[in-house]
Amino acid sequence: MNKPIPFWRRPGTIGANLLVIAASLLAIFPLVVVIVTAFTPQNETIAYPPELIPSTFTLDNFAGVFERIPVGAQLWNTIMMSVGVTFFSLILNSMVAYALAFIPFKGRGLLFGLLIATMMIPFQSLLIPLYKMLTEFGWIGTMTGLIVPRAADVAGIFLLRQFFIMIPKELRAAAMIDGASEWKIYWRVMMPNATAGLLTLGIFNFVGNWNDMLWPMVMTNSAEDRTLTAGLAILNGTAQGLIPYGVTMAGSLISVLPLVIMFAIVQKRFIEGVATAGLKG
Amino acid sequence: MTTNPVLEPAAIESAGKSRGGRWKHRYNFQRHANRTGWLFAAPGLSILLAFVFFPAGYAFWISLTDSSGLNKPSFVGLDNYVQAFTDADSQNAIVNTVVYAIGYTPLVIGVALFLAIFLNRKDLFLRGAQRTTIFMPFIISMAVAALAWSFIINPNTGLMPYWFSKIGINLPDLLNDETWAMPTVIFVAVWKNFGYFMVIFIAGLQGIPPDQYEAAALDGASKWQQFKAVTLPGLRPTMTYVIIIAINTAFQTFDQIYIMTGGGPLRSTETIVYRVYTEGFTNFRQGYASALSFVLMAITLTIGLIQLSISRKQERDLA
Repeated sequence: MNKPIPFWRRPGTIGANLLVIAASLLAIFPLVVVIVTAFTPQNETIAYPPELIPSTFTLDNFAGVFERIPVGAQLWNTIMMSVGVTFFSLILNSMVAYALAFIPFKGRGLLFGLLIATMMIPFQSLLIPLYKMLTEFGWIGTMTGLIVPRAADVAGIFLLRQFFIMIPKELRAAAMIDGASEWKIYWRVMMPNATAGLLTLGIFNFVGNWNDMLWPMVMTNSAEDRTLTAGLAILNGTAQGLIPYGVTMAGSLISVLPLVIMFAIVQKRFIEGVATAGLKG
Repeated sequence: MTTNPVLEPAAIESAGKSRGGRWKHRYNFQRHANRTGWLFAAPGLSILLAFVFFPAGYAFWISLTDSSGLNKPSFVGLDNYVQAFTDADSQNAIVNTVVYAIGYTPLVIGVALFLAIFLNRKDLFLRGAQRTTIFMPFIISMAVAALAWSFIINPNTGLMPYWFSKIGINLPDLLNDETWAMPTVIFVAVWKNFGYFMVIFIAGLQGIPPDQYEAAALDGASKWQQFKAVTLPGLRPTMTYVIIIAINTAFQTFDQIYIMTGGGPLRSTETIVYRVYTEGFTNFRQGYASALSFVLMAITLTIGLIQLSISRKQERDLA
């Protein structure tokens, strides 16, 4: 075991490499299809035999998707909803998490129990009452309606609490002796010390809301108010297979491209976040 | 977001009590802590109470009425629940959801663990890049994934049936075939999530001390015996977490069903959430859909309680 064996000589290396490369190809293949088909002329997407690489490239599909749905407005809504939910949930979740991690207040056990009970309720089972409530408030089709009900989430609270309890308690005691208020300790001392957790939760909530389909589908009535993910789903659902595939792929590309670029930048942090969230479970 | 809490009953209990000493001083300190604690929790807690807790109760009330969203609802008792458990379509949706969960959970976990073991090897070419690539489907929306796969497997113009036909396999029209539609929507979910679970497994594998493998190897254990005696026990807590997440997401499946099959053919892919959506928002049977929602809630709650008792037991075992 002491002398390093060159990788091609180790038993099973070639097989392991082939297997993992095959898995990578399978993972990336549909994305390649989306990208290529978005630029493929319509007559070639329905030709037989099908070819992955078209003979010419076109931008017609993008024009086609802009004709059918208000792509600009929907992309804007997607950004607003993702940023809005991420922003508010980071602040509200971290405040609750801070209280749970640092403040020895009466009823903390009760709060903990309440949160755990809340976490076991899947949001899909609340669609109807939430729809009725949002209708009552006049929030259907508004950004307020899309963001506010999601401005806090129990999973996020527990995740941030995990990061807070790793920070030494002495930090709070020292700040208190210096006369800092609780708010100042939270905002100036603990939040900067929990950036790894905040980033992880932020990325999670941003991606989750960007990709969410059912929530914006139910809580909006007109195409202008929808997010792009929901817009594409409804475009596809109402057209009953009558829209050319190139057009849906062009829409899909517009919808995934910003996330893929973001992922390229933060992928290390994101993957580590997923891994630690799993370990802490 | 997918995390679950670690319960620390001891920490919670000790938190509420203070440390003794001069109790008058403590009293002021405690009162201050009580106030600031609840003040800090208040904004987030109000959101959860207003938009999770209250609607859960409200859903129960709606489920006891014949509300359509358009009429003035009247009380019908448990009629909706009787229907949810007796009418053929609901039974079908519940069975489909269970079948989906039973198919999806072991498959996605098996594939993810299998690949994690290989990706954990040091002798892999471009290991980091491959891990990132395999994780990629997790950040793509299920909507886009479903649209892309629908195109790829389209029987007339899709690449996959064509490539399979070249090697002599004639694929059926997967999404319009009662037998194949369910495995196909399960496959898309496995494709989308195996990288996510793989990353969690890799982290779990790295937590197993290498000397355990060396000791097992010295004892003459084969690779398979090492897997059973070292890897699986070492992954116990990770495994619990992953299984619960997988089952829970399986029970909430909606997106790719809506895009790829619309619940068909012949309701063979209709899941509970899909039925809640169509009954509640296209057929205007909100009372009935709420009763179905409650069935979903009860299932999730049961899984959650099982998880809670398992993680408590694991903590006891570790202690």
